[in-house]
Amino acid sequence: METLMAFVVGALFAASIYMMLRRSLVKLVIGLILLSNSANLLIFTVSGLERGLPPLIAPGETLPAGGWADPLPQALILTAIVIGFGVLAFAVVLIHRAYQVVKEDDLDKMRSTDT
Amino acid sequence: MSPEVALPVVIPFLFGSLSIVLYKSNAAQRWLGVIGTGALLIASIVLLYNTYTSPTGVLTIALGDWPAPYGIVLVSDILGAVMTLMAALMGFAVALYSLPTMSEDHEKFGYYPLLHLLLSGVCGAFLTGDIFNLYVWVEVLLVASFALLILGGERAQMEGAIKYVTLNLLSSIMLLSAVGLTYGMTGTLNMADLVGKLAEVENQGLVTVVSMLYLVAFSIKAAAFPLFFWLPASYHTPPVAISALFAGLLTKVGVYALFRFFSLLFNHDVGYTHEILLWIGGFTMVTGVLGAARYYEIRRILSFHIVSQIGYMFMALALFTPLALAGGIYFIIHNIVAKSNLFLIGGVIYLLRGSHELKQVGGLWRERPFLGILFLASALSLAGIPPLSGFIGKYMLVRAGVEEASWGIVAVALGVGMLTLYSMVKIWAEAFWKPQPEEYAERARRFEQSVSEKGLTIMLLPIGALSLLAVLLGVGMQPVYEVLMTAAEQMLDPQIYVDAVLGGDQ
Repeated sequence: METLMAFVVGALFAASIYMMLRRSLVKLVIGLILLSNSANLLIFTVSGLERGLPPLIAPGETLPAGGWADPLPQALILTAIVIGFGVLAFAVVLIHRAYQVVKEDDLDKMRSTDT
Repeated sequence: MSPEVALPVVIPFLFGSLSIVLYKSNAAQRWLGVIGTGALLIASIVLLYNTYTSPTGVLTIALGDWPAPYGIVLVSDILGAVMTLMAALMGFAVALYSLPTMSEDHEKFGYYPLLHLLLSGVCGAFLTGDIFNLYVWVEVLLVASFALLILGGERAQMEGAIKYVTLNLLSSIMLLSAVGLTYGMTGTLNMADLVGKLAEVENQGLVTVVSMLYLVAFSIKAAAFPLFFWLPASYHTPPVAISALFAGLLTKVGVYALFRFFSLLFNHDVGYTHEILLWIGGFTMVTGVLGAARYYEIRRILSFHIVSQIGYMFMALALFTPLALAGGIYFIIHNIVAKSNLFLIGGVIYLLRGSHELKQVGGLWRERPFLGILFLASALSLAGIPPLSGFIGKYMLVRAGVEEASWGIVAVALGVGMLTLYSMVKIWAEAFWKPQPEEYAERARRFEQSVSEKGLTIMLLPIGALSLLAVLLGVGMQPVYEVLMTAAEQMLDPQIYVDAVLGGDQ
């Protein structure tokens, strides 16, 4: 399972970088969306995939029974999803505004500030 | 348990929230801006004093009273406290400078709340002791900086912002991936806990791979070679107060994170990782200063010089001796003061002449000799003329390089210093020394007449204070040097940090 997920994460990263390298603004944002999702999936995978083993502690015990799934990565991913969502919302508004101001969807036409 | 460690994060957050509540009143927001950043400055001075005088030199606070390594800790060692103090100082200077320069529109669209939020994020990043929490603070300051960058919504700002946003998001995702991989390897996120756990990882090659991922992520944020192209494309677009704040603080967060990670966590293979840092440092210095030599626009020249000076900070980290690290932190302090001040002076030049183009301005020395002196104090300091602060910083770095027999980087550092002087002299000769060009004299007169002397005085207050600091840091550097040597010793001995976070405060 981990091996399969590794390939999925790799493919997602590759796809997002490819989208970001295109000239269109919309594709740039699609690339950003894929990018943040692939990072979340990466965290999920590297911290170990366990099925059906909640980290609950039985009454009278101090540790959960063996082989539990680690809840912390899920907390990390949840935080990362929230942050990613906020940032993406900003990015979408930004490209909309940029399109209105520049009247172009082409990154190659936005070079007046470049060096 | 030291509650003062949390104050530099809480104070700007509180004042930012208050400013949002009072968004209808621009006057109230202005007052909150000055009072809030002033309170932050006082809190961070207290923090540095308490940290330096405490027995271990490290203060911690466990948030929610969850003991480390299970909860999130805020840690103030001398490096973190010094950086927080510099952030607070810049915040205060910029808040003062904004009073006469920020337009009503910018204030209406939330300039002051964003300023507070940015400072909160920066201070949080400097003080956190948890790598995922560092990512969160970096995002907080990034979101604030995105919004500040496009405040006003001009075409240049939009174009600059798209590059800035994309590359910074890319680096944040790399940081997030690296944090995830670190957690997968070690099962902890606490920096102090990671020191021991990373050493136990069986395959040390993997640790090096993850360290490289951090290096790339933070190098984008620090604008190091070859990842700096977003900086000169965006930093000259927003209002000058915002440019100054960015120039002082944002890249330094990346540099600070590298200082923290590559002294505390990734010191297992110094021969490999720090050799890479040395090469990056050398190339960053050269490309930055050559880029600046090409331009005749004040803000663009200064933007490229930010890149160039990041190289010196990389050099300090790469040499990894007490003197080099102390010199590196000193250089960061000096750079925050001098570079931001030059941006602020650039804003004054615009106000007096109506242009940032050096070809179109002139004659300022004849009319405003006081401004000229303030400019010279910062510019010559940046170029490294004794006895100003830049000289001391470069002297410490070069001396550390000579002691380590790294002749190549020493030669590059000295050569780049000469070229920095060239750029600074260029601004001086064009803007201050030569007479005002005739074809733009009309516009200059118009701008000159519309300037309110009272506003100019308020603008010159922070500029004067920062220029004075640039001189004082050089002339009276002995006490600073002692504090920074302690900071460097802390960085070279991770055990002090680990004991303070995991052992103490139980």
